[in-house]
Amino acid sequence: MRTRTRILAASTSIAAMTALAACGGGDSGSESEDTGSAGSDDGEAVTLTVATFNQFGYTEEMLDQYESEHPGVTVELVTADTSEAARTNLTTKIAAGGEGLSDIEAIEVDWLPELMQYPELFVDLTDPELEDRWLDWKVAQATTIDGQLIGYGTDIGPEAICYRQDLFADAGLPTDPAEVAELLGGEGASWEDYFAAGREFVAASDAAWFDGAQPTYQGMVNQLEAAYEDAGTGEPVDLASNSAVQDLYQQVLAASVDDGLSAGLEQWTADWDAAFQNDGFATMLCPAWMTGPIEERAGGIDGWNVADVFPGGGGNWGGSFLTVPASGANTEAATELAAWLTAPEQQTVAFENAGTFPSQIEAQSSEAVQAFTNPFFNDAPVGEVFTSRAEAIEGAPFKGANYFAIHQAVQDAILRVDVTQEQDAETSWDGALESFNSLGLM
Amino acid sequence: MTALKTPAPAPTRGRPDPQPPRRVGFSQRLGRWDVKFSPYLYISPFFILFALVGAFPLVYTAYVSVHEWNLLGGQGEFVGLQNFTDVLGQAVFWKSVANTFSIFILSAGPQLALAITIAALLDQNLRAATFWRMGVLVPYVVAPVAVSMIFGRMFADQYGLVNAVLGGIGLDAVGWHSDRFASHVAIATIVNFRWTGYNALILLAAMQAVPRELYEAAVIDGAGRLRQFFSVTVPQIRATMVFVVITATIGGMQIFDEVRMYDAQGLGGPSRNWMTTVLYLYDVAWGNQKNFGRAAAVAWLLFLLIVCIGLINFFLTTRIATSDGERPASRRRTKELIARAQAASQARAAGADAAHRAEPAEPADPSPPDPGPDRPGSQTTPGGDR
Repeated sequence: MRTRTRILAASTSIAAMTALAACGGGDSGSESEDTGSAGSDDGEAVTLTVATFNQFGYTEEMLDQYESEHPGVTVELVTADTSEAARTNLTTKIAAGGEGLSDIEAIEVDWLPELMQYPELFVDLTDPELEDRWLDWKVAQATTIDGQLIGYGTDIGPEAICYRQDLFADAGLPTDPAEVAELLGGEGASWEDYFAAGREFVAASDAAWFDGAQPTYQGMVNQLEAAYEDAGTGEPVDLASNSAVQDLYQQVLAASVDDGLSAGLEQWTADWDAAFQNDGFATMLCPAWMTGPIEERAGGIDGWNVADVFPGGGGNWGGSFLTVPASGANTEAATELAAWLTAPEQQTVAFENAGTFPSQIEAQSSEAVQAFTNPFFNDAPVGEVFTSRAEAIEGAPFKGANYFAIHQAVQDAILRVDVTQEQDAETSWDGALESFNSLGLM
Repeated sequence: MTALKTPAPAPTRGRPDPQPPRRVGFSQRLGRWDVKFSPYLYISPFFILFALVGAFPLVYTAYVSVHEWNLLGGQGEFVGLQNFTDVLGQAVFWKSVANTFSIFILSAGPQLALAITIAALLDQNLRAATFWRMGVLVPYVVAPVAVSMIFGRMFADQYGLVNAVLGGIGLDAVGWHSDRFASHVAIATIVNFRWTGYNALILLAAMQAVPRELYEAAVIDGAGRLRQFFSVTVPQIRATMVFVVITATIGGMQIFDEVRMYDAQGLGGPSRNWMTTVLYLYDVAWGNQKNFGRAAAVAWLLFLLIVCIGLINFFLTTRIATSDGERPASRRRTKELIARAQAASQARAAGADAAHRAEPAEPADPSPPDPGPDRPGSQTTPGGDR
């Protein structure tokens, strides 16, 4: 039924556009677009589309509730399978002048900086009433230098360590989460503690300690305040003289390759997927949202658990925002919906549905989140664990417009050493410098 | 025009035309327009469509390629040929071109050989022929992304099926994602899986059009199956083979889905070992650079490359096709043939030795495949390449 009206509206708008094209009706396009998405021009009946990716945990019941509270509003959910797909979709449509964008577009923190260069493309969501809703650093991530708020925070990715207690037992290591946390260094755990425990483990087991150098490096680099760019100016730092990054690079590759701790896997590949079923590795860095993908791949393996510990202090990996593209026809209604969706109540439900840990202070301390356990992870109290991990996060690292590009150059270098093993660490670093230089940033 | 005017003097009552031609009626004028313009109207849909989706993008891409142009920021300054020199100066571009050719050759060669073999097998008298013929098309129907994902799993380095099988027969595992050549072979395999059946069907159609008498004659001549295949089938379907090669070339220059889905990042691996030129274009435009200007330059370079290869193809095609004798020969060749025929008949008229009579006159005969070969044992294949 709905599609039918859509088609009708679409054909009407096409007809209208063709008819008016000759009269230079530049406005006709947007007007008929109005009809297409809203159903009528008087602004009473409005259809709002929400574009997300992966699993945001927004359910039909939630949307139904919103629709019943707001008569005349229909909410439709559009879901992309990966954040990469959502990113391409968003940038392409922005490039096309905003045609076809949803009223609300979800954006992941890693590709937020590149879009924040063009704040005029998004509605300023600053709202004094909502000021204290989120963690400070979450709001700071989406705020431009001029103070415009690009998006409302949905979830964050506080990192813990997920581990296989059965493999730990086989290797003669403790299995209880509290003991494991202690083994990995406890409160003041360092990366060296984590790697040292790994050396002990691999000496007694066939499995590797962690999945790969690439994700481990990801966890390490997220703890640098400003990894590749100057936090003040946003100018990229020359990679050749970036000793902090080079240190991490050498440290992670020494542990991965020289000590043999890494299973040599790149995340999200077929090998990585298969390794979950083949006892490929015993631990991995585990942002809250990662519990979903682990469960998806490790079905039938019952040894997973979560330890309330993370090397090198707290760390955040990922997390998303809901933005309202300025080109939308119903930006006001969309802003209201985005605020509602990111309210503590809704994000609590989303956490229960999809494991996306809320970025809202009130939601984090709510009973529902605190008491939440994950049966797949041997009933680990994930709500409690990730709250404690979230508290350990001191702030968000600075990520500028070129973060993604430079990060990829380093990541490729790590993959060449750890996964494809075609180069040694030194040669590969030279390769990273070369790709950095070809970006033409200096 | 003349045809239209004839009905005008229809009432021939002996009267001459009363006045100089009457004012032409509207319907008549319409008729004239009909003759003049409707042929163009009839063929216009193609040209309108081509102008919209072919010519305009081509020109617009050229316009973009001489500007600074950001995916999000839009049009920037005019920079001339800067984008082209930038792209040509990037090592990754040249690597991608080499990868494209390598993957193309690894896929086109085996693909054609396999397709022609399958087609020859399908051309035999099989039970349930339609079932088998439809069967080879199944891989083509499967979405390329799905195919690539399945093969991506099979060609996984550590836990892949292919390496497991290799290990099972005592061979070393192959680094499908670490060795450059191996990755090309794997990707070519994915391409071949999809396209072999499709090409086999095209070749099969050509094979079915080969006159059966030729085979009968070949059998009488004592040709075995293999001999029939190489001496009758292959020369007869040569034009179709050229067509298949050309489409395979164009497709091969534009391999994208398979490489995009071959690993998690989809950018040709950490060393860009299997990044094709189209993928490079995609990365420049939608990846980290977001540089539409450079991407448009890549698109144009790729276009020029395909045109070059197209010209080489065209050159080879005309050579092969004219030696066929079936294709309309060039004017020069026709003149040549006529001259030779004339010379021959003159020689004959001059009362030369009757023993060589037939030989020189033969090529002048433009008749297509002559079903009745002159002498047994001569194994002249019609359209043969003597």
